[in-house]
Amino acid sequence: MADKILKELTLKIWRQKDAKSKGGFETYKIHNVSTGSSFLEMLDILNEQLVSENKEPVAFDHDCREGICGTCSLFIDGRAHGPDDDVTTCQLHMRRFEDGATITIEPWRCGAFPVIKDLIVDRGAYEKILQAGGYVSVNTGGVPDGNAIPIPKDKADEAMDAAACIGCGACAATCKNSSAMLFVAAKVSQLALLPQGKVEAARRAKAMVAKMDELGFGNCTNTGACESECPKSISIEHIARLNREFLKAKLKD
Amino acid sequence: MSNFLTSSIGKKFILSLSGLFLIAFLCVHLALNLLLIFDNSGDLFNIGAHFMATNPIIKIVEPILAIGFILHIVLASILTIQNQKARPIKYARRNQGGNCEWSSRNMYILGAVVLIFLAVHLYNFWWNIKFPTLGTPLAETTVDGVAMEDTYLLVSSLFKTSVVYCLLYILGGIFLGLHLTHGFWSAFQSIGFCNQIWRKRLECLAKIFAFIIAVGFCIIPLYFMLGFAGN
Amino acid sequence: MTELNAKIPAGPLAEKWSNHKAHIGVVSPANKKKLDIIVVGTGLAGGSAAASLAELGYNVTAFCYQDSPRRAHSIAAQGGINAAKNYTNDNDSVYRLFYETIKGGDYRAREANVYRLAEVSNNIIDQCVAQGVPFARDYGGLLANRSFGGALVSRTFYARGQTGQQLLLGCYSAMNRQIAKGKVKVYNRHEVLDVVVVDGKARGVIARNLVTGQIERFGAHAVVLATGGYGNVFFLSTNAMGCNGSAAWQAYKRGAMFGNPCFVQIHPTCIPVHGEQQSKLTLMSESLRNDGRVWVPKKIEDAKKLQKGELNPNDIPDEDRDFYLERRYPAFGNLVPRDVASRAAKERCDAGFGVNNTGKAVFLDFKYAIKELGEDVIRERYGNLFQMYEKITAVDPYHNPMMIYPAIHYSMGGLWVDYNLMTTIPGLYAIGECNFSDHGANRLGASALMQGLADGYFILPYTIGDYLANEIRTPKINTNTKEFDEAEKHVTDRLRKLYDIKGTKSPDHFHKLLGHIMWDYIGMARDKAGLEKAIKMIADLKAEFYKDLRITGEFTAMNNELEKAGRVADFFEIADLMARDALNRNESCGGHFRLESVTEEGEAKRDDEHYAYVSVWEYKGDNQDPEMHKEPLVFENIKLAQRSYK
Repeated sequence: MADKILKELTLKIWRQKDAKSKGGFETYKIHNVSTGSSFLEMLDILNEQLVSENKEPVAFDHDCREGICGTCSLFIDGRAHGPDDDVTTCQLHMRRFEDGATITIEPWRCGAFPVIKDLIVDRGAYEKILQAGGYVSVNTGGVPDGNAIPIPKDKADEAMDAAACIGCGACAATCKNSSAMLFVAAKVSQLALLPQGKVEAARRAKAMVAKMDELGFGNCTNTGACESECPKSISIEHIARLNREFLKAKLKD
Repeated sequence: MSNFLTSSIGKKFILSLSGLFLIAFLCVHLALNLLLIFDNSGDLFNIGAHFMATNPIIKIVEPILAIGFILHIVLASILTIQNQKARPIKYARRNQGGNCEWSSRNMYILGAVVLIFLAVHLYNFWWNIKFPTLGTPLAETTVDGVAMEDTYLLVSSLFKTSVVYCLLYILGGIFLGLHLTHGFWSAFQSIGFCNQIWRKRLECLAKIFAFIIAVGFCIIPLYFMLGFAGN
Repeated sequence: MTELNAKIPAGPLAEKWSNHKAHIGVVSPANKKKLDIIVVGTGLAGGSAAASLAELGYNVTAFCYQDSPRRAHSIAAQGGINAAKNYTNDNDSVYRLFYETIKGGDYRAREANVYRLAEVSNNIIDQCVAQGVPFARDYGGLLANRSFGGALVSRTFYARGQTGQQLLLGCYSAMNRQIAKGKVKVYNRHEVLDVVVVDGKARGVIARNLVTGQIERFGAHAVVLATGGYGNVFFLSTNAMGCNGSAAWQAYKRGAMFGNPCFVQIHPTCIPVHGEQQSKLTLMSESLRNDGRVWVPKKIEDAKKLQKGELNPNDIPDEDRDFYLERRYPAFGNLVPRDVASRAAKERCDAGFGVNNTGKAVFLDFKYAIKELGEDVIRERYGNLFQMYEKITAVDPYHNPMMIYPAIHYSMGGLWVDYNLMTTIPGLYAIGECNFSDHGANRLGASALMQGLADGYFILPYTIGDYLANEIRTPKINTNTKEFDEAEKHVTDRLRKLYDIKGTKSPDHFHKLLGHIMWDYIGMARDKAGLEKAIKMIADLKAEFYKDLRITGEFTAMNNELEKAGRVADFFEIADLMARDALNRNESCGGHFRLESVTEEGEAKRDDEHYAYVSVWEYKGDNQDPEMHKEPLVFENIKLAQRSYK
C-alpha cells in the first residue's frame, strides 16, 4: 500500500454562486496529493487551500464517504462518478490519476436537477417520483410474521439487486437523454418482485412513470450508459421489467 | 389506456412495435431483392416484383407500411426533441465511449441517414414503378406468357451504370445495419421482452440480424458493380 | 429540576411494557389531527417515527440536513439487525436477547428498557418484510440469519452488506407515503440549531435553511430529536461527514440532561488510517468476523518486516501467526464484543506487533474460510465489502489478508430519557442513537438498527400519546412569541459571532486538532492524568478557535464552512463533557477503559459498588461546571457479574 505523491494537478471546476447565477469554469492548481487519498479528500485539500487564500471553498455534496448514502455527485472528466466503474465519487481514489493531470469537474447536468451552488444540484425530482408510489401501503403494526410468505431466494436476490439503488442520480446525469428510467425501474422492479409489493404493482408503475415524465426527464433509448455508470451496477433488465409492468397496467385500464 | 401515448413508455412501445414491423418488412424486402442475384435473366426477380405489385394482400399492407414508417419517424422525432430539452445545459467534457456503444447513442442520426437513403431509393425505383407516366416509363417484358414491367432492367441498369449509386446503396445498407444493431434489441427491451437470460440472446441476435441485413443489401449493388451479372 | 424520574413501571420485567401501554394516555383520532410533532433527523429512528406518527394521524414536520431523508447515516449500517425470532432453533428468546444486550453493555443499561427492546425486536422484522425490505433468504424462501459479536445464537437478519440501507429505505418509503398524503412535511437541507422551550415545555425548533442561509422557526406540540450520535467529535470516525451533535447539544443547554457522555464505541474492524489527508474512516462490517480470523505475527521481527514492506503476510506460516482473539477468548473467539476486540488489537499494536507501514493495524484473514467454503460462498456473503475494501486500499482481500484497526463508531451516551423516551424537558423526546438508554457502556453489533426502529415504530408512537393526551387543548403553536424571538436571536448571534472572528484557520483545521486530543486521551484507553490534561487542552484549543477561526463565503447563503464551524463549536463543548464524565467514572466498563481499573490479566475491571449508575449531566451555564446527577441502575433480574468471553 505504498502511496505515491502527485506533485501537481490542475483542476477545472464549475463554479456557480447560486441557482440563479450564471456559472463558469475556474482553474486551480493543487500540489502534493497522496495517491491513497480519495477524490473528495483531494477536494478537501483544495478547499483548505482556498480558505487559506481567503477565498470561498468549492461547494460539493458528500456525506458518508463510503459509497452508500448517494450524496456525492460529481461529473469527472466526462463521466459520472469519474473514470472507475461501479464506484461513487467518494470511493474514487487518486491513484487513478497521473501526476500533472488536468481534471474537469462538473455538476450533474440534467434539466430536472437544477444546480444550487457550484457542484451541488437539487435531486428533489427523485424524491417526488418515490412519493408518487415507491412504497408498499402498509401501516406500522398489524402485519403478518416475517416468514408467513416464503419468497424464492432468486426473487429475493433479484429484488435486492434493484433495491441497492442509492439514488445518487448518476443514471440520469450520464444518460444522453437525461432519462431517470433506471432509478424508477429499480424501485418498481424491487417491489414488483416481492409478494408484498405485487398487490399495488400496477398503480405504482403508472404513478411513478407519470411523475417521471411530468418532471421533465428524457426518454430511455436503452443505450445502457446508466447501467455502466451506476455505482451499484443496477442492470437495465429492471427497465425491461418496468416496461412490462407499465404496459401490463396500462393495457388493463 | 388513458394518456398511453403521452407517456414516455407508451411512445416507445409504439416506436418499438413500428420498428419491429419495419424489421419484418426488411426481411421480406431482402428476400425478394436477393432474387436479383440468383437469375441473371431477371425473370425470377420480375415474377417476384410483379407478384408484389399485383397481390391484393400486399396492396393492403403497403399503406400500413407507410403508416409504420411515418409513426416510427414521427415518434422518434418527438422523443428526440424531448430528450434534447431534458438537458438544457450540456456538459463541457463528455466521455461516453466508456459507457455505451456509438450506434446506441446515435440512433436518430443513423435513422436520418437511412431516411435520406430511403428517399433516394424511392425516387430511383418505387416512383418509376408506381408512376410510370411521371417518371421514366418502364420497359415491358414477358415471363411465361405473362406481360409485366421489366423491373430487373430498371435495377440492374442503375447499378451497372452508376458507381455513385452503388456506393450510396452500400452505405445505406451499412447505416441500416448499424441502426439495427441497437434497434433490434432495443425494441424488445422497450416492449418489456427482456430479462437476464434473453438480454444476452437478444443482443447477440441483434448483431447477427443487423449483419445479415447489411451484408444482404450491400451484396446486390456490389454484384452488379463488379460485373457478376454481365454488362 | 434535579429530580430524575425514570418512570420505570412496576411489576415483573416481562409485563412492564404491556402494563405500561395499557395504562398510559391515548389521544383520540379526531384530536391527533390537531396536534403537530416535529421530528429532527430522518434516520432509522426519526424516519420510522415520522412515518408511524403520521399514520396515526398527527401532523409531522421532519428535518434533515441532507438533501433527502434517505441519506441519513443509518444507511451505512452494513451487517444486520437483531431479533429474537429463534428461526434458527438455537434456543433464542426475548430473555436471551435481553440478557446478552445487558451483558454486552457491561451492565450499564436499564433492565426495563432493554427488555422492551428485545420484546419488540420481532415486530420490526415483520414490519420491514411487509414494507418490501429484501432480507436475505434461504432456498426454502424463509429468512436467513447470521451470527454477530457477543451473541451465542444466530439472530441477525440481513440484506447483503447493506442492511441499514434497506431498512432505512423501508421507513423512508413509509414516510414518502405520508408525504404524498400531506401528513409529513420534510424540510431537506435544514439544520436544527436550537430547541424552543415555552413555559417549560418543548414547543418548537429554530433551523437554518442550508440553501439560503435563512434562519427559520417552527412550532409544534412536541419535539422529537433523532439526530444520531456525536462520534464526529473525534474528527476521524465511521460517521458521515455531516453527523453532528448540535441539536442534541442545544437541547442540553436548554435543560435536557445528558447521560453517560463518555460511552462511545470503538469498532474493531475499520480500514486503517492512510495518512494526514484522511477525512473519514470506513467501517468493515462486524459480520466479517464470522468467517475472518484476526491475527498478528508471533515474532516481533516479522512485524517489523511487514511494517517496512519487506515481507508478504501470506508467507508467514500458521505456526508463526498469533490468533490473539482465539487465544485469549476461546469461548467467543473472533466474535467477542466490539470493545474487547478493539482493546485486544490496540494491546497487540502497542506491544509492537501491529502491521501496515504505521504499525497500527491487524490482519483479518479469509484464507481459512475460503479454503473451507470456497471463494464463491465468501463472495456471496461479503462481495460488496470486499469490493469496497479493494477500492479503498488497492489490495485484493480474496488473496491477501485485510488490514483493520479500531475506529470511533457509535455513541452509547446521549440525551437522558425516561422510560417514555422523554428528556428532562417535557415534550422533548430523544430516540435512537441520540438517547443514552439501551446499550449501556457498549453496544452489540446489529443492535443499533434494532433500537432505532424499535423506538420509532413501536415505542415512541405509544409513549408520546401519554404526553399529548394532556395537550389536546393547546392550540397551534404560535411562533411569533418572545421565546421564539429569543431562540432565533440566540442562533443568529452564535453564528454571527463565529463568522465575525475573521481569523486565519478553517473549521476543519480545529476539528482535526480536537480529534487528535480526543483519540490520544479520551479514546480507547483513558487515565486521570490524561483526562485532566485533555480538559485543559480542549479549553485552550477552544479559545484559539474563537480567536483564529476563518469562515469564508457569505453569511446568508449556502455556506458549508459556516455549517462546519457551528458543529465544531459544539464538539468542543461535547468533548469537554465527555472528558469530565470519563474522569468521574473511575472504572473500566464497555467502551470506557480506565487504565487505573484493570484485572491482573489486563482485562477491564468494572466497579459495581461505586459506579452502577447512569451519570446524568446538567448544564449550569457557559462559565460554570456542569452538575452531575446519578440515576442508580437497579438490577432485579440479572445478577451482575464480571463480563467474561473466555
